[in-house]
Amino acid sequence: MPKRTDIKSILLIGSGPIVIGQACEFDYSGTQACKALKEEGFRVILVNSNPATIMTDPGFADRTYIEPITVEIVEKIIEKERPDALLPTIGGQTALNIAIDLAEQGILERHGVEMIGANLAAIKKAEDRDLFKEAMARAGLDLPRSGYARNMRDANRIQKRLSFPVIIRPSRTLGGSGGNIAYGAEDFKEVVQRGLDISPVHEILIEESVLGWKEFELEVMRDHKDNVVIVCSIENFDPMGVHTGDSITVAPAQTLTDKEYQIMRDAAIRVIREIGVDTGGSNIQFAVNPADGRMVVIEMNPRVSRSSALASKATGFPIAKIAAKLAVGYTLDEIRNDITRETPACFEPTIDYVVTKIPRFTFEKFPQAKDILTPQMKSVGEVMAIGRTFKESLQKAMRSLETGSYGFEEKVNTDEAGGAAALGVVRQKLEQPNAERLWYVADAFRLGMAAEEIHGLSKIDPWFLEHIRQIVATEQEIRNAGATGAPLAPEFFLRHKQMGFSDRRLAQLLGRTEADIRAERTKAGVSAVFRAVDTCGAEFAAYTPYLYSTYEGEDESNRTPRKKIMILGGGPNRIGQGIEFDYCCVHAAFALREDGYETIMVNCNPETVSTDYDTSDKLYFEPLTFENVMNIVERENPDGVIVQFGGQTPLKLALPLERAGVKIIGTSPDSIDLAEDRERFRLLLDRLGLRQPLSGTARSYEEARQIAERLGYPILVRPSYVLGGRAMEIVYDGETLRRYMTRAVAASPDHPILIDKFLDDAIELDVDALSDGERVVIGGIMEHIERAGVHSGDSACSLPPKSISQEIQQEIRRQTSELALALEVRGLMNAQFAVKGKDIYILEVNPRASRTVPFVSKATGMPLAKIAARIMVGRRLADLGVVAEILPRHISVKESVFPFNKFPGVDTLLGPEMKSTGEVMGIDSTFGVAFAKAQLGGGTRLPREGKVFISVRDEDKEAVTPIARKLEGLGFQIVATQGTAEYFTRRGITAAMIKKVQQGSPNAAEAIKDGEIAMVINTPTDAHSHADSFHLRRNAVDYQVPYFTTIAGADAAAEGIELLKQRELEVRPLQEYLATTQG
Amino acid sequence: MKAILALADGKVFAGRSFGAEGEAVGEVVFNTSMTGYQEILTDPSYEGQMVAMTYPEIGNVGVNAEDVESRKAFVKGFIVKEYCALPSNWRATEPLGEYMREHGIVGIEGIDTRSLVRHLRDHGSQEAVISTLGDDPAAKVAKAKASPGLIGRDLVKEVSCAEPYDWTEGKWELGKGYRSRGAGEKAGKGKKKASFENPRFFVVAYDYGIKRNILRGLSESGCRVKVVPASTSADEVLALNPDGVFLSNGPGDPDAVPYARDNVEKLLGKKPIFGICLGHQILGLALGGKTYKLKFGHHGGNQPVMDLTTQKVEITAQNHGFAVDADSLKGAAAVTHLNLNDNTVEGLAHKELPIFSVQYHPESSPGPHDASYLFKRFVEMMEKQKK
Repeated sequence: MPKRTDIKSILLIGSGPIVIGQACEFDYSGTQACKALKEEGFRVILVNSNPATIMTDPGFADRTYIEPITVEIVEKIIEKERPDALLPTIGGQTALNIAIDLAEQGILERHGVEMIGANLAAIKKAEDRDLFKEAMARAGLDLPRSGYARNMRDANRIQKRLSFPVIIRPSRTLGGSGGNIAYGAEDFKEVVQRGLDISPVHEILIEESVLGWKEFELEVMRDHKDNVVIVCSIENFDPMGVHTGDSITVAPAQTLTDKEYQIMRDAAIRVIREIGVDTGGSNIQFAVNPADGRMVVIEMNPRVSRSSALASKATGFPIAKIAAKLAVGYTLDEIRNDITRETPACFEPTIDYVVTKIPRFTFEKFPQAKDILTPQMKSVGEVMAIGRTFKESLQKAMRSLETGSYGFEEKVNTDEAGGAAALGVVRQKLEQPNAERLWYVADAFRLGMAAEEIHGLSKIDPWFLEHIRQIVATEQEIRNAGATGAPLAPEFFLRHKQMGFSDRRLAQLLGRTEADIRAERTKAGVSAVFRAVDTCGAEFAAYTPYLYSTYEGEDESNRTPRKKIMILGGGPNRIGQGIEFDYCCVHAAFALREDGYETIMVNCNPETVSTDYDTSDKLYFEPLTFENVMNIVERENPDGVIVQFGGQTPLKLALPLERAGVKIIGTSPDSIDLAEDRERFRLLLDRLGLRQPLSGTARSYEEARQIAERLGYPILVRPSYVLGGRAMEIVYDGETLRRYMTRAVAASPDHPILIDKFLDDAIELDVDALSDGERVVIGGIMEHIERAGVHSGDSACSLPPKSISQEIQQEIRRQTSELALALEVRGLMNAQFAVKGKDIYILEVNPRASRTVPFVSKATGMPLAKIAARIMVGRRLADLGVVAEILPRHISVKESVFPFNKFPGVDTLLGPEMKSTGEVMGIDSTFGVAFAKAQLGGGTRLPREGKVFISVRDEDKEAVTPIARKLEGLGFQIVATQGTAEYFTRRGITAAMIKKVQQGSPNAAEAIKDGEIAMVINTPTDAHSHADSFHLRRNAVDYQVPYFTTIAGADAAAEGIELLKQRELEVRPLQEYLATTQG
Repeated sequence: MKAILALADGKVFAGRSFGAEGEAVGEVVFNTSMTGYQEILTDPSYEGQMVAMTYPEIGNVGVNAEDVESRKAFVKGFIVKEYCALPSNWRATEPLGEYMREHGIVGIEGIDTRSLVRHLRDHGSQEAVISTLGDDPAAKVAKAKASPGLIGRDLVKEVSCAEPYDWTEGKWELGKGYRSRGAGEKAGKGKKKASFENPRFFVVAYDYGIKRNILRGLSESGCRVKVVPASTSADEVLALNPDGVFLSNGPGDPDAVPYARDNVEKLLGKKPIFGICLGHQILGLALGGKTYKLKFGHHGGNQPVMDLTTQKVEITAQNHGFAVDADSLKGAAAVTHLNLNDNTVEGLAHKELPIFSVQYHPESSPGPHDASYLFKRFVEMMEKQKK
């Protein structure tokens, strides 16, 4: 059946900001869906608050609403755009939840909007645990025994029927948040309470534990003719008990016989039919008892998911794209398989390689959070690797992570001396799942532990363990071979490269250098070959060059004679390096492809748009290590390589690649180094007559102390060369400095500590600019809402600046231009300034793509990354028609989104170390409303009435007074602790007094918990949080009360509230904003 | 131990031996199933052939006593990228390599199976030798070249049963194994729906190399089954007075078993007939059609087949190197099923008589269960005929 002609316009809902559990995989799926639907001639209306997405580029939809994803806002969009249909299944849980609300509130019906893909009944059946349970019973499928509780009494009653441990799952939350395990009566109460609190419907499921069972997932697709195919099977390395997003996973399933696999396949088909997903993809999770094969259904997502992104990349079957086509009436047999061209999409991919996904964690960002993995997802990104065998794929995935691992490095001292103590550590690490358990498995083998014991502790399937055992045993053989000093035979290299050993790891084991190994290996004639991901195990010819490296006979890379540019991607998402950089890489690919170059993408992140085989002409799914990148360079011999777009990951490779003779295009690695190197950079600024905060470099505590005294407190301290402000702190006194130096120097022994004078109360600005070496065009100037001291990635910001005079802006433009020309920038540059009074200081200059590029591009309509890519291949700004900065009439506000709700007990205070995972954008003609929209997009609904609790440090009391006065005038009641309340009263503001936490009950923290407080303004007394303010902030997060920890943020909020009380939020598509923007 | 794989066209792959040592000769085909190697090894249709698995990790689940499709392993040689000697599965009783040694299957691992598959795809399936004996590739290539190949060879007689027997086993269930009912029971009576417990139909199944799961499928659909040797004459079959006749899968070239075609021809119009795979091809020949050899055949569990009557697609298990030429049937039967990858004939139905067949494997094992409804279709056909 061909496509439906009764619908003309379709509304798509994106997934909003990147948060743990919902990352850029939904940009990938949304972008695919937009492309597919536009291709079919539908009018596409998109809403997504996340500006860093490709899908929100104005060309991907007819109407793009960068607006908060709430029922009210989406209803307004529906009123305005009158779509015929809503496709709710490509925007993750966010889109699904909104779609449920829109349907249940009668909004869809009222406006005649049909839900396509999955209807309300189906979504509810899959999402509501009771309905799901009933549905599974009807389908004759087994589930873990369980019961629902809406209060503690229910919970206790249900628990009595089951034995400990039990799993607690809150209903309808993102990424399993709040999910946890109770091992005994002790922790049961706490876990239940948190689950009830976090569930938007105040409901939890208490479930029979299937901890330690094998975990599997199947990706299923169905069309409206009821054709069903399984796209991919996935087996988890980490058994049940660890959220699948936090588990190492492998495709295809490895340890099922055909009989067992077919039972699972039949069950998956029964599930999708019973739930009634009409068309599209679903993901179904199963647990299998390793002792007897009993299989239970765990859950199903009636939508495209993180796993479907992985399955798409793992097989070459574009699930989201096909789901979109099925939703508009096509059937699977009517859609061609892009890769084989000849065969239809109605088939089940078969793969002739093994895919391994490893999640990427950032526990180092949250020192108070424990590195323990549970059913609640904590990872912020993931990598995928493809190898011909599991061992190869696993070791490639490990080095894709960029955590400094190039293989199974020892975590503990496994020689005899360390053995006994190490054994205890290793046992504990095996038993309690954690981010590095994989490496501890290898150590366990090194310590002589038997596979049975490792399995007993970890429940990891013996199949996986055996492969790690083989790798560990082989490592010993390699060491022995190194000890003989004999030259290494071709067979030696071939065998170990086929097992996935990196040159770096071989070098470590042999006591040699990586360069040495590479040279000898090449001499031995052992080089990587590239094979195609073709959906069919080579049964048919593949036309789409989607490639991975291995060590075998035949190479399928088919180098063309075209001019080619290679773009190095950003690797796994992490805090500090996320979707924004992938956005830039994708733009580079798009622009250069349009210009006729063959574009070659290299990346290892399965969630991204960059690793869609459609994005570039050739995709190499490879680790971003020197070795793997060089292998591709040697094969393709590109005319240029772009390293400036993917964040630190490719940047770190710039110099080694250049030394190896690779042509890095754009700004030279030397210029990048100049900007990173403090001494060189200082000389440059001196030459240009530009000002920097006073600073010094310390290699010892004593040196640090002396510098601090010279500069005067407060100072900003950080280890040299860090990403995302890692370990950066503002230090107000000598004692704190001493403590910092003990910790920091230990953390980074090879690098000195950098100390800057901290500019208290300065306003920070971010500037993105383009230069072709002759001319500089400013992309945008952003004013940070938070004062200096908050990491620029965590600060909200406004474009254009809110409070900076034109005169100073002009001077900042001048300085930016001078810097760009002096650094000989060819492409993008980002500069950060601090303004204090009339003084302008340069904080940092990065001659590369920055995190703010997508935001600026959305705000101004100037496609910065595309222009930069064109400059890099030699075009000039003037030729491209880019001659002047675009000054929009509308105000765009970016706000950051934080993962604090996933890390209980972690302080929410912002500082120089970046903690946000994502961003949202609010646009309006006024700053206040744009800010309010950004808040709403980030999940913070500014109140229109109620009590505002204010507790600020003494220095801030004066500044907060007008805010309090404004809020009072708007009808809010002010509540404050004694000191602040008295201060307000003296200034004619009525403030009710409330106790601090340590003053007993009832206190401010309790009032927040009890829902009495509508908003919190709390600035901390110093960088080290006091117990009192910590509880306030934590409760505000846990009970979802809007809170502001900076005066500037509170001021902006008050302004937003004032405007919200005057008028309704209005929605406007990006295309309209940009049409009225002057060029 | 070293092993080599030498193809008749001169291409040689060096790898390691696993399973039995020695030398095997046969046509190499590739199979794209990611699960079910034990069922594949024991499928009699592979008589005369060696199988290369496209999925690289093989042996992961070992072998067990249940996942067999016939009395022994028929695959002559087994070719994998990486063999797993330490299996992990709750039903595993021994590693695959041990089993292959017991059954005399020569295996080779550690070769670039993807290159092999691409080679076979581009140059066609061909004769080959796997050998652990000596290191003389040229001699092995010569031996492969000298091998007779499948065309014109009657392999059915190698694999068919010697004597008729009754089949009493039903489906496999997790935790329960196969169910079975007492032998020699009479066909069920009355109006009650045919079922495993109430086998209302009596089917004679020609064993051209039958897979057990076909027999289990027939039993589950309510048939009492007697399996007879491929050489059994039509008269003998008719003398048993069955409600229907089943034509099984089997190895090799359908043209090489003219006696089978002749017998089926005699049964046309006498009894409802259902054929699978080789049985389908033989039926095609009996209806006056022709068969031809495919370049590299269909061997795997992911082949899309459209049922032209419902326009629905089923994902099917397939294992065949020959196909029926649709045009040659000259309207004697209608094409009911098409392979969506290459539009080859996957199913036939006689225009008037209760006769139908499929090229693929509704019994799966290994493979998806999408097409298992066909057994019911056969039963319905017999039911109608009975009335």
